[in-house]
Amino acid sequence: MNSAASTAIQAVKPAGALDVNRIRADFPILNLEINGRPLAYLDNAASSQMPKQVIDRLVRYQTSEHANIHRAVHALSEKATAEYEGARRKIRRFINAKEEREVVYTRGTTSSVNLVMQGYGRAFLSAGDEVIVSQLEHHSNIVPWQMLCEEKGAKLRVIPCNDAGELLLDDYAKIFNSCTKFVAIAHVSNALGTINPVKDMIATAHRHGVPVLVDGAQAVPHMKVDVQDLDCDFYAFSGHKMCGPTGIGILYGKAQLLEKMKPFEGGGDMILSVSFEKTTYNAIPHKFEAGTPPIAAAIGLGAAVEYLESVGLDRIAAHEHDLLTYATEAFTQLKGARIVGTARNKAAVLSFTLQGVHPHDVGTILNEDGVAVRTGHHCAQPVMQRFGIPATARASFYLYNTFAEVDVLVEGIRRVQKIFG
Amino acid sequence: MESNQLYQEVILDHNKKPRNWGKLADASHKAEGLNPLCGDHIWVSLKLDDERVENIAFEGEGCAICKASSSMMTTNVKGKTVVEAEQLVREFRDMATGKLDIGGAPNHLGRLTVFAGVRDLPSRVKCAILPWHTLHAALHSESVVSTEGDQDPVAAAS
Repeated sequence: MNSAASTAIQAVKPAGALDVNRIRADFPILNLEINGRPLAYLDNAASSQMPKQVIDRLVRYQTSEHANIHRAVHALSEKATAEYEGARRKIRRFINAKEEREVVYTRGTTSSVNLVMQGYGRAFLSAGDEVIVSQLEHHSNIVPWQMLCEEKGAKLRVIPCNDAGELLLDDYAKIFNSCTKFVAIAHVSNALGTINPVKDMIATAHRHGVPVLVDGAQAVPHMKVDVQDLDCDFYAFSGHKMCGPTGIGILYGKAQLLEKMKPFEGGGDMILSVSFEKTTYNAIPHKFEAGTPPIAAAIGLGAAVEYLESVGLDRIAAHEHDLLTYATEAFTQLKGARIVGTARNKAAVLSFTLQGVHPHDVGTILNEDGVAVRTGHHCAQPVMQRFGIPATARASFYLYNTFAEVDVLVEGIRRVQKIFG
Repeated sequence: MESNQLYQEVILDHNKKPRNWGKLADASHKAEGLNPLCGDHIWVSLKLDDERVENIAFEGEGCAICKASSSMMTTNVKGKTVVEAEQLVREFRDMATGKLDIGGAPNHLGRLTVFAGVRDLPSRVKCAILPWHTLHAALHSESVVSTEGDQDPVAAAS
């Protein structure tokens, strides 16, 4: 693509729009060269990069604040505890949870979903019950429910989607019956980018008295999420896709549901008292945080939240939307390229196939141009089956990506097509 | 690792026009090979006559590396004894995993050394090895093999 097009897009940007060069200066890793070419990191749906504000926060914690939390009376332990709980306050505000105790630290989205499956599903579902998931789910929001269904003799029901990758809401409404006990749906599809109308879908479920878990791993990093406005019962997301560290994630849950749930893991910190006759569990959220948690990662996630707020989620979303529009336009003009997932309401994910070229070959050749994309089934094999393909290549954008990087991607694809011509 | 090293003309040609494509109706041995991480999926069928590979064919879906490796495997193995074919399976696997120095150590790989470059691309090693892994399974009368789990050929080679 020519630079005139990107200049045109930038020229019409409103005042107060995101300054991508200033943003990029915050991310040391973006200065890397891969195979002698500047890194174009377009694999943000898998994991995002970390700004120096978060890196510095981790260093500060490790060099001057670390001790175990909720344990000792000494100064460092008090400091670490205060920072760990302080991060929880920031995260509560970020997603607008009503109370801090509704914010549970986990290892990531997968462990958040599993916590609900173990703590809620195993306690409250029984033979003949039904769990609804969608065609667009990541394996981590399918497999736990399959395991539950197998154990309980319950049934998994699937919301179908159309050829654009949009869920069929009329079909969804018809799946509900007296056996429906739980709904687990993605806010944004990781494989296609579809933004599902979860607020309406939650309202539908609630009309049937059914609680809903939303997998928000691909939503929270990119758009303003308000769990009270959505009225979701559970909401799961990961730190490492939103400029934070790996190994930390969040499960938001309505307090009355979390209180009803059984703890998933037993151990230290999740108890009030232990004797061989009886153990009394701690209050939420600590009931679900057995053992020493990833303290540094939690504090790092708090710093990531502050960073994203300082940039502004609305500006991030607007910038990503411009990148997606620009890339989609370029791909539409590429002969032999097919965009998989063309929902009207779409996040900045561009999944595609090239006629006659396997996605893995695309990924290997783009890597030589310094372009990092994901290739494969994206842990969403039912999505691939729906579209009759084994795999796609996927470019996914974030706040630090540029129009010039989209140009490099498109040039790389032309080179792939030339090699396989 | 540059693509002009790995995606050489011979590999692109075998990808575009795979040799010995299909299934043998009179196969004495056959196996299905799966690479679940990237979706490569092939079937290898062969006819042994007096411990010699009289005929061999393959079909399936996969990336260029997997298809070209399959195609070149069939042309290289046809006419060889089972012992010679098994030796090629070992040498190819060792080359792809970097254990065999094709410049230094004596080997029987010939043109198959165009795949040597995959050793620098860990995520692509299994694409190249899959057909050989499947051939080995067919010769041992196993019906399905995978590149993952306890059948992982790379883990077995290390």
